[in-house]
Amino acid sequence: MKTIKRSIRTVALVATMILTVSCKDANKNEAPSSASNEVMQENMDSSKNMAMNNSQNAMAEAILKDYFNLKDALVGDENDKAKMLGGTLAKSLGNLDKSTYSESQQKELIDIIEDATEHAEHISESDIKHQREHFKILSKDITDMVAITGTATKLYEQFCPMYDGGTAWLSTKEEVRNPYYGSKMLKCGKVQREIN
Amino acid sequence: MKILKVIAIIALVVLVGIQFVPTEPNQNDVTPQTDFMLVNEVPIAIQNQLKVSCYDCHSNNTNYPWYNKVQPVAWFLENHIKEGKSELNFNEWKNYSDRKKNSKLRSIIKQIENGEMPMDSYTLIHRGAKLDSLAKNEIINYMNNLKIKN
Repeated sequence: MKTIKRSIRTVALVATMILTVSCKDANKNEAPSSASNEVMQENMDSSKNMAMNNSQNAMAEAILKDYFNLKDALVGDENDKAKMLGGTLAKSLGNLDKSTYSESQQKELIDIIEDATEHAEHISESDIKHQREHFKILSKDITDMVAITGTATKLYEQFCPMYDGGTAWLSTKEEVRNPYYGSKMLKCGKVQREIN
Repeated sequence: MKILKVIAIIALVVLVGIQFVPTEPNQNDVTPQTDFMLVNEVPIAIQNQLKVSCYDCHSNNTNYPWYNKVQPVAWFLENHIKEGKSELNFNEWKNYSDRKKNSKLRSIIKQIENGEMPMDSYTLIHRGAKLDSLAKNEIINYMNNLKIKN
């Protein structure tokens, strides 16, 4: 059921994109008759686009998976495990394929990935206090990435008002498990936004 | 006894030998247009403090001490400077994305707050580089105001 819903949504998205593009083209050419031909052409291309979108999402999903593993390690106060997972995340961040996004999105993704990779690398070599400091900014980077790439999973943006003047993170579960305090204040925080 | 003498001689030869290994000094006469001081309007007092406390390892121009002429000290410094510059190079400030600028500002503030930077091994010799609480506050306030809101 979920996959059907998802594919309907993807088709709707692609259709909207095609309409927007073809409208723009039509305005430029001032020849409405050619616009319908373009729609045909782009419809044929759209199946290819969809396939590309899928593999691209797969890489964004892999990044998210590594991020959540890292978050869980911090929730469990596991410094060494977080080090290892920080390294894993840094690697998977480098694999994100940006080529099919718009120019401005690509630029933003490049900035996001550069920044996130630096934080992930620091996490791979720091004590847990520093890991958590870097995880704060990393969480913002990943949230901004998801805003562009999207995800199939339902996510919860959670917020702890106590850590460093208020700090957010992402989770796949609704119940709060705080990665910034771990066992010290495991349940501090609340869900501030749902994604998907 | 004889072995000790041989070891001493070998050590001496190695020590003299490594003096001839060249190092590439981190020195440039020109400050690039992308420099932190040229991009931002930094108050003179903070400019001077940053130059003394940070720029030796976080820019393309190091004010070397005399002992940099001696190996292996020069290698040790070269590594430090290389690492420092890859973390943060004030000369490259304008080239950083807004996101990266904010990340760096945050790290600068945290590290100064916690007394992690400038490093103890540096301030031990460069007494003027040590930040007292007044200088710390000034820099932290200034850096906080530079953060790009979004």
